[in-house]
Amino acid sequence: MMEAVDILFSASLWGAVLRIATPLIFGTLGALICERSGVLNLGIEGIMTLGAMVAWMTVFQGGGLWTGLLVAALCGGMFGLLHAVLTVPLGLSQHVTGLGITLFASSLTYYIYRLALPVSSSPPTIEPFQPLAIPGLSDIPFFGEALFSQTAPTYLAILAIVVTAYILIRTPLGLAIRMTGENPHAVEAQGLNPTRIRIGAVVVGSALMAIGGSFLTTATFNSFFPTMVQGRGWVCIALVVFASWRPGKALLGALLFALFDAYQLRLQHVVEGGVPYQLFLMVPYVLSIVALIVMSRRARVPQALMAPYRKGER
Amino acid sequence: MRLERRTDLSPAMLLAAPLMAVAVSLALSGLLIALAGVNPLAAYGQMVQGAFGSRLSISETLTRTTPLVLTGLAAAVAFRARLWNIGAEGQLYAGALVAAWLGHSLTLAMPAALSLLIIMGAGMVIGALLLLGPVLLRLRLGVDEVVTTLLMNFIIILFVSMMIEGPMKDPLAFGWPQSVPVESDVMLPKLLERSRLHIGLLIAVGAALLIWLVQSRTVFGMQTRAAGLNAPAAVFAGVPLSKTLLGVACISGALAGLAGAIEVTGLKGYVTLDLSPGYGYSGIVVAMLAGLNPIGVVFTALFVAVVFVGADSMSRALGVPSFIADVIVSISLLTMLVALLFTTYRVRR
Amino acid sequence: MSRDTVLELTEITKRFGDLLANDAISLSLKQGELLALLGENGAGKTTLMNILFGHYTADSGTVKVFGSELPPGRPRMAIEAGVGMVHQHFTLAGNLSVLDNIMIGTEGLGQWRSGRRAARNKLMVLADRFGLGVDPEALVSELSVGEKQRVEILKALFRDARILILDEPTAVLTQIEAARLFETLNAMTEDGLSVIFISHKLAEVMTASNRVVILRAGAVVAERNTADTDRAELAELMVGRRVTRPVREDQQPGDNVLDLANVDVVENGRKQLDDVSLTVRAGEILGIIGVSGNGQSSLGRLTSGLVGASSGQMTYDGTTTDRFTPRQLVANATGRIPEDRNTEGAVGEMSLWENAVLERIGDKRFSRHGIVDRNGCRAFTADLIERFDVRGAGPQTPTRQLSGGNMQKMILGRNLASVPKLVIANQPTRGLDEGAIAAVHGELLAARKAGAAIVLISEDLDEVVALADRIQAIFKGRLSAPIAADDADPQRIGLMMAGIWEGDHAA
Repeated sequence: MMEAVDILFSASLWGAVLRIATPLIFGTLGALICERSGVLNLGIEGIMTLGAMVAWMTVFQGGGLWTGLLVAALCGGMFGLLHAVLTVPLGLSQHVTGLGITLFASSLTYYIYRLALPVSSSPPTIEPFQPLAIPGLSDIPFFGEALFSQTAPTYLAILAIVVTAYILIRTPLGLAIRMTGENPHAVEAQGLNPTRIRIGAVVVGSALMAIGGSFLTTATFNSFFPTMVQGRGWVCIALVVFASWRPGKALLGALLFALFDAYQLRLQHVVEGGVPYQLFLMVPYVLSIVALIVMSRRARVPQALMAPYRKGER
Repeated sequence: MRLERRTDLSPAMLLAAPLMAVAVSLALSGLLIALAGVNPLAAYGQMVQGAFGSRLSISETLTRTTPLVLTGLAAAVAFRARLWNIGAEGQLYAGALVAAWLGHSLTLAMPAALSLLIIMGAGMVIGALLLLGPVLLRLRLGVDEVVTTLLMNFIIILFVSMMIEGPMKDPLAFGWPQSVPVESDVMLPKLLERSRLHIGLLIAVGAALLIWLVQSRTVFGMQTRAAGLNAPAAVFAGVPLSKTLLGVACISGALAGLAGAIEVTGLKGYVTLDLSPGYGYSGIVVAMLAGLNPIGVVFTALFVAVVFVGADSMSRALGVPSFIADVIVSISLLTMLVALLFTTYRVRR
Repeated sequence: MSRDTVLELTEITKRFGDLLANDAISLSLKQGELLALLGENGAGKTTLMNILFGHYTADSGTVKVFGSELPPGRPRMAIEAGVGMVHQHFTLAGNLSVLDNIMIGTEGLGQWRSGRRAARNKLMVLADRFGLGVDPEALVSELSVGEKQRVEILKALFRDARILILDEPTAVLTQIEAARLFETLNAMTEDGLSVIFISHKLAEVMTASNRVVILRAGAVVAERNTADTDRAELAELMVGRRVTRPVREDQQPGDNVLDLANVDVVENGRKQLDDVSLTVRAGEILGIIGVSGNGQSSLGRLTSGLVGASSGQMTYDGTTTDRFTPRQLVANATGRIPEDRNTEGAVGEMSLWENAVLERIGDKRFSRHGIVDRNGCRAFTADLIERFDVRGAGPQTPTRQLSGGNMQKMILGRNLASVPKLVIANQPTRGLDEGAIAAVHGELLAARKAGAAIVLISEDLDEVVALADRIQAIFKGRLSAPIAADDADPQRIGLMMAGIWEGDHAA
């Protein structure tokens, strides 16, 4: 029993929390930006899968790690554009289109991967991102290891939260995005183009999702394998609700999830025998559902979320 | 450019939509096949050959069609009432697990037919129950059922994994995670000698006919349609919205659960984690391609089965990764959505 | 005052499918003018103004502002040219502040900082100058309708509009608020602005405008200086034919049919109805008059069985309850005409026969053991089409294809086909043209004659005065005591609609 508590005070747990949280932060942030403009993007699961593969493949073919992330972002953005074109100007069901994007992006990912690399018993690997100790800060006992010895994309994730929060709340662009999610007619009546704003938000949001996926193959693991995203995209969609569509709370939610995840991973080793490991693996999904239930009454949904907007139609 | 609602809606266009969608999908996927250095036409020829070329391949295609009809119906029924059941995959596995458990332990002194009925019934009940949760959450708390049903798929499959590695593990399976087998006398009868095709296909087609009758001829069907098309108007007219949605959930979940029970008792005889190659998700495509029409589902399920069976054989013959089947199917979903749009809207300058 | 032309529309034509919404309309506006655009519902007024502002693109024709042509379909260009528009359905985001709503679109999207302080100051100056006081930090959802309209006007002024267009600006205002609005608009024209307001109310057109352009069926039929015309002429020009609305005949009411005693209704966490009491008797029409948004929707939903009372009781036909259900009401011969026929009245994608029978599908006539008797349903619908003069449709026609008037006739028909005990009619003529209005009035009066008790909820003073035996005003969720229609003069009802009435309910 004491061991179960001790885990909480190990620096390695807290280091793992940030690492596990990174893809969730990117994914949640991406979904949040889409939804703030009024578009639900259920393509997230497939876009993350795609991001994971293309980043890995870029590096495997000799590109740099950052190039890999960039290529992932570009590919994610392209699928975001597809989702946006179908759901915004054409006004198709965001639910069904999003699922279609997920099915399309993941099957295309597997196809391309298989095409490039024939079946082998152990998947080929790349040299992933190494931890980047921040000079000075990383020497602080406990916190140094927990917070300041992460890989570069983790720091980038934190930065992305700050930048997104600033843009959404402080800039005219952010106001335009928020207003489009609340009432696109109000945006159009003031001379802006809600269709373009939504498309832009979905493209950028999807690029972030893909970066989130790429973290799995360029930092968490060093290879790509099918189904590796394992529902993280759906967890992100739940986290957006949990966060009430606010970037700061999204960070908090992602960290909280990662904490549970990191903790259960370690607990598995402590609680030997008796408890099937599958129960531990269920934790993030169960938590996501719990988060949705808890926040259902409190969350302030963007009023025009999932409401298609067609110019000249009321 | 703007979209304008059509006032004329011809049945011919409704039929043309899926054909256009599939044609565009095949054209786009052809590019990917060409990328693999294979002539797309040759590949498609090989696929047709692989799906219909022999008695064996035809029976394989029809065997694959069976679960797709049921999961397609599960999606079609739910979507028509704007109930987004994306949890068919999990419901299918739950139905399968229950079927394996009962099929293994129901060795009481009862006729096999009765056992089979109980097994099918239990599979349907578990599928329905699993969907009722998310639907109640939506009705009571406004929680989006898409996300909850998706998440539940993962939970259920982990649960199945836990059971087939634990209490329900087959001790004779050389350590493979595989459930105990159902007794051979509660296996569904074969439809065709020396093949894997079983009478599950008839059950599935029967279900499609039944659903079609319910939707087009009964009060419940009419109320369901009204609730899906315009919930406020349905409520105003006194349609009990919650009850209707719960009823739809029961039917949809039961169909998916039945798919699982039939796969186990008709084909596999036990549960493994590769029981379903994503039948639950493919069911969504089947339903959308059919324009949510239950009779149409039978044909679109056949199409999807052809793509999967054909792609496997084509992959072996020509070396194109078999994932091309998933690509074809998923692109058809997206192109179908666009095609449907243009049956209800026309583009104006 | 100089008299330069500031706005010129030339030969504007616009079709929606088969409907010719604007037919070669030409129109001009001079500086400092207060121009009324008069026409009945469906005459094409809003379409024309939406083309001017760039929401819609015209099929042909040009818009010139201050002498230069506007590119079509670009609201931004209209705004930059000095045109401001106040929409009938406000274009505001409720979850954002007043200042946010005003600032949207005023700054470049590439800017890294929003100049909120400067914007706030400019807003306060404008608000002061035109007497449009409003709290910049308040959430829009917490404002009253009048305040929201102020925000809409301020939005236009903030962007230095020289031409202001208002679409049915008084639809949501009390007479007092309306009078204040026209004072503000007058002050603006004296300040050099030019104003167009859309209206179908003759009284306000006569008192407020300098000039009137009358639209009918998508075309300009006449143009008058307000000083040279009168209500009678405008009415005839607007409708184009003599449509005589049916009139109420005297008749003795019977027993009480519906009683509401001290009913409260809470919806979305707000008290929408506050201590409401009313009685309606067989063979009489009780008119509930009020400005939009004062609780009419909740009263309609309560009496149609969609919401329950949080306190108080309702007695209908001898049974007392705090909540009806649609099924009970329909089973008990209640006709219900919903406020919004498109969202609540019919399922557009379903056929006419399905909509005609949906609410009583359980009847033996329409189904047996849960199986729909399609022939029975279609026969009933064919009969209904005949009796209630539903035009251009058969039982199989998708309901969406019906015009508003014909859809309303179908809804009336399914409710009145067999004589009801009680009719709840919520805004039964909203958005209809004169011909359809007369038909609806005729059917309601026929039901009254046949002995139905009718609750008529309406925003149209003329309608209520013409049809109702007794009138109660609704204001902020409260009901005045009833007055007999014969005692009702417009002044008194106008005050009642602003919440000023005698007795314990006084605001």
